[in-house]
Amino acid sequence: MNVAAELIALSGLRKSYNLGRPNEAEVLHGLDLHLGRGEFAALIGPSGSGKSTLLNILGLLERPTAGSYRLLDQETSTLGDQALTLRRREALGFVFQFHHLLPAFSALENVTLPALMRDGHVSASALASATAMLTAVGLADALHKRPGELSGGMQQRVAIARALVNEPPLVLADEPTGNLDRASSDEVFRVMRRMHGERGTAFLVVTHDPRLADRCDRVIELVDGQIESDTPRPLAAPAARRPG
Amino acid sequence: MQWVADARAPPPRSVPPVIGLGFERRVALRFLIEGRTQSLLIIVGVAAGVAVVTYISALISGLQANTLEKTLGAQAHVTISARDDAVAPARQRAASESLFTRTQPRDQRPRSIADWPALMAELQTRPGVAAVSPMISAGGLGLRGEASKAIALVGVDLDRYDRIVQLRSKVAAGTARLSPGEAMLGTELAADLGLAVGDRFTISTGSVSDGARVTALVDLGVRELNRRTVYLPLRSAQSLVGLPGGATSLDLRLDDVWAAGTLAAALQAQLPYRVESWQQANAQLVSALNAQSISTAIIRVVVAVVVVLGIASVLVVSVVQKRREIGILRAMGATRAQVQRVFLLQGAVVGALGSVLGVGLAAALIEGFTRFARGSDGLPLFSIALPPSLALQVALGATVAGVLAALVPARSAAALDPAQAIRL
Repeated sequence: MNVAAELIALSGLRKSYNLGRPNEAEVLHGLDLHLGRGEFAALIGPSGSGKSTLLNILGLLERPTAGSYRLLDQETSTLGDQALTLRRREALGFVFQFHHLLPAFSALENVTLPALMRDGHVSASALASATAMLTAVGLADALHKRPGELSGGMQQRVAIARALVNEPPLVLADEPTGNLDRASSDEVFRVMRRMHGERGTAFLVVTHDPRLADRCDRVIELVDGQIESDTPRPLAAPAARRPG
Repeated sequence: MQWVADARAPPPRSVPPVIGLGFERRVALRFLIEGRTQSLLIIVGVAAGVAVVTYISALISGLQANTLEKTLGAQAHVTISARDDAVAPARQRAASESLFTRTQPRDQRPRSIADWPALMAELQTRPGVAAVSPMISAGGLGLRGEASKAIALVGVDLDRYDRIVQLRSKVAAGTARLSPGEAMLGTELAADLGLAVGDRFTISTGSVSDGARVTALVDLGVRELNRRTVYLPLRSAQSLVGLPGGATSLDLRLDDVWAAGTLAAALQAQLPYRVESWQQANAQLVSALNAQSISTAIIRVVVAVVVVLGIASVLVVSVVQKRREIGILRAMGATRAQVQRVFLLQGAVVGALGSVLGVGLAAALIEGFTRFARGSDGLPLFSIALPPSLALQVALGATVAGVLAALVPARSAAALDPAQAIRL
């Protein structure tokens, strides 16, 4: 793999819960994984295989118990909470299963939140890029709607817009379509693929849905805390499927 | 700048524009607005607490000011008077021996302060001293026809004395004037002696007697004083008492009533006279006032504790309710400090809004008291007002209390594990 393009490099990554207690359990048993810039990868595996834990660690929300996690060529396992938070702010976007938007804020406000927390105010350019991002995910008419007034698929597209607005090199998506019907699910996935195509943002998508996994460029399978298989899918995501 | 300024779309109906505020303030306000009922209830609770504290403070300070005014209306803040005559025993008794001696106390005659004009001039230059007035004070008899009444004879310079106790404002009949041969007396004494303005009567001090014409009747506000007091010109009193050119005491009025104690102590250390502050002369009153002040302080503290606990409990619940949102914000890159400030600000906003409401409520209560609480004569019992400094002090206190109350919830919000919070 091209080192210069390396986004994520895990080596010997372990994660245990309840360390030092009788119910201590190791969830991840020494993972080695590399993800390059601009990849579109699926992370699959049965429940309890450690997918969410791995995603939390990759998202700097949890710390590994042992091993190394390099994000953009920088070791993260030694960073403090403040530094991790700032790395998260700069380098990562999140899309969660239950489209975690802030219910008291409109779609546009949700998407401007990252700029607001970074700068303390929303500049004209931040507002413009948030508006553009929502337009790009097809929500130009829903800028001022609250999450409660939007359908599940629309909410998830707002979440994608929010994850992308800071132009992070990597978006982590945890079951982004897990809660949606098939049509919405396809729409959301199509938006992600399009953003990937247009912006070159890398995506790591945790999913249960084999249909979605099939449409990713690479499928990483996690079983019992170990990487069972890591398969490139050169035929996935044909250009014809991308709208526009 | 409006946060979601968009020329094409009007602001959405239910999202109030929060203008020119930072991340923490916007999120804090949104959280408060989102938890409408909860926020409203606690703000009303804080308002009630603030209103009680403000009202009680205003009431007690009004009551105290009224009491002080009544008390100090008829007496000086500090009085300097000649020491009593003491008899030096022929022989001091040593600690080890017992002697059968008896020292007869002297009879006390009126004594003058030596060179009082010089002392008065010196006192007047002291900072904080508003006025000084010489006085001759002695006992005597007021005689008219068959009637004879014990009187307290007070010889003063009317202009000077007026600056000590505002004697002119207490005139009930006649005109305040003390030329030689004239006298002003208490209303009850006038009734006892059957005197009206313009009548003459005789004053006797045992050895000397003199006649005087009544120019005014004064109501000193205290029945005992009205029954005894006779004001005479200083010179007439000096000759009646047998102290030509003398003054038995000097009365002082100060700019700050409460400075009397320290000034009296300082003067006592310098002067060979008896120096008494109004606090010493009214020890019971002072302890009553202190008890009131302490009660007010206790009420303040208790209300503050209740307010702090109320705000804290609402915010603790709010942190639990908002765990997911906090987790999302943290995942998006909000720092622990930012999350903590969001909740501290909520406490401050609740405290500030509550205090604005509470001060308004207190102002209404005070207005109601002034309007409805009236004495039997139909006049207000006493005047209470809401000084801006008190309102500001209470409002600031409530806001600080809000921040303090938010401390624990804010810390727990900041300490939330974002990974866990999101999974909920």
